[in-house]
Amino acid sequence: MKGSDPGWVRWVLITVALAFLAVMLVAPLAAVFMEAFGKGTRVYWRNVTDPATLSAMRLTLTAAAVSAPLNALFGLAAAWAVTRFEFPGRSLLVTLIDLPFAVSPVIAGLIFVAGFGSQTAFGGWLADHGLRVIFATPGIVLATLFVTFPFVARELIPLMQEQGSDDEQAAITLGASGWTTFRRITLPRIRLALVYGLILANARAIGEFGAVSVVSGHIRGVTNTLPLHVEILYNEYNFTGAFAVASLLALFALATIAAKNILEWRLRRAREEGDKS
Amino acid sequence: MTGWPLPRRRYSILPGFGLTLGYASLYLSLIVLLPMAALASGVFRMSWAEFAAAAFDGRVVASYRLTLLCSLAAALINAVFGFIVAWCLVRYRFPGWRIIDAMVDLPFALPTAVSGIVLTALYAPNGWFGAPLARLGVKVAYTPLGIVAALVFIGLPFVVRMAAPAIEDLDAESEQAAASLGADRWQCFTRVQLPALAPALISGTAMAFARALGEYGSVIFIAGNMPMKTEITALVIITKLEQFDYAGASAVAAVMLAASFAMLLTINFLEWRSSSRHRSAG
Repeated sequence: MKGSDPGWVRWVLITVALAFLAVMLVAPLAAVFMEAFGKGTRVYWRNVTDPATLSAMRLTLTAAAVSAPLNALFGLAAAWAVTRFEFPGRSLLVTLIDLPFAVSPVIAGLIFVAGFGSQTAFGGWLADHGLRVIFATPGIVLATLFVTFPFVARELIPLMQEQGSDDEQAAITLGASGWTTFRRITLPRIRLALVYGLILANARAIGEFGAVSVVSGHIRGVTNTLPLHVEILYNEYNFTGAFAVASLLALFALATIAAKNILEWRLRRAREEGDKS
Repeated sequence: MTGWPLPRRRYSILPGFGLTLGYASLYLSLIVLLPMAALASGVFRMSWAEFAAAAFDGRVVASYRLTLLCSLAAALINAVFGFIVAWCLVRYRFPGWRIIDAMVDLPFALPTAVSGIVLTALYAPNGWFGAPLARLGVKVAYTPLGIVAALVFIGLPFVVRMAAPAIEDLDAESEQAAASLGADRWQCFTRVQLPALAPALISGTAMAFARALGEYGSVIFIAGNMPMKTEITALVIITKLEQFDYAGASAVAAVMLAASFAMLLTINFLEWRSSSRHRSAG
């Protein structure tokens, strides 16, 4: 044990910390499920299987499914370029990757309205050719891509920097092709970190509210994601319905936390084994 | 870097430079740079008078003040309690600490709309916390206090996750040295340990503050959204958009972006300073 703190200090601090976490974290989580089941399981089931809920779920899963491979591809490309080569503008690229974390989700939505809205020249031209971006699914996908693209890159860059490129250079020198080197040398060593980044990005893709809210136009059954559906039900004073949908998202959040912790444990173990060898 | 004017990469035998950098740049241009440029061009087309009328109107300025003050209050509350939580999680072992450690990530994982409605339910006058507080004459939901409660929820993991590794790095030797030189536990904490933890604690608090400035989903349900009283800046932008006032929304967004970038630079500076101090000390 590292702490040499007196026993009473220890108990006071633990009590304060647990009380704070009980109020700030445990109570909200418990309340979601209490409110969702407040009118019994039959009402809960009806709320969860409501057609509007199911269509919102479909759109949310579509946005997440489109963003996952694009995030993986961008993260891999950016990490390879940044960690394997020196070039002017490298630190600018790294800074740009952090940008979505510094920008309010509302502004993240607004930039797509400014870029693709039908009031703009480009958006008007697209609309004339039958492609609506804002207040339609493409806008929701774009906003989701914006808020999720940093996650994979931010996990891969420090890891690949630390690992260095000696093994890859050896493989190339021995005549392996670039693709083989990547597949056989690089990918196995970054696999866990890649999955870790994808889990974080996926949680954000499913839960994003502000950015998606701005570009969606709130058309029920057409451009409604699960978080937006929560808002609509809540504003219609259908609180039990809102919390039923919210409980699905809360369950998903708990699954994300569990997956994240399992991966963190495996990453730590992989690193310890790497240190030993 | 090879130096000006040679815009070429340093020689490397690894392939894929053009492909990966090209793809990453193209993707960033489409998803980030072009839409940002569209927003900026909209702002630059406005005259200064138009910009000021939209961005410094009384109602908008009231929202800046509210957003800043609530974010600051929430960040400071998190600095204190987040630090205590991190301290307990790192230094003490008690039943269930592993689950509690994992649960600290809940505000990151829970969609903001869910946190928004559940915090409102808890702090509403008939809620679990709202009812007893109402008997004491304290109103939380639909007042600035409610906004602070939501922002404390959202910001907590930033402080805990930044402070915990620094607490782990505290060495037992300096603690014992301070004790053998006659310092009591409190003196050792305030004179030896707290200064060592300060950079991480300040960075975490700054990150929680930066996140709070832009937060939307968890706040709008509990805020009540009364113009001049409980209307945050992010909501002002949405309101202007719903009135099809794209220029006005962009002007307010530009002010908010400037504040966010200032925070980003501050955080990077703090991290750079603490890491360079580490290097010179080590």
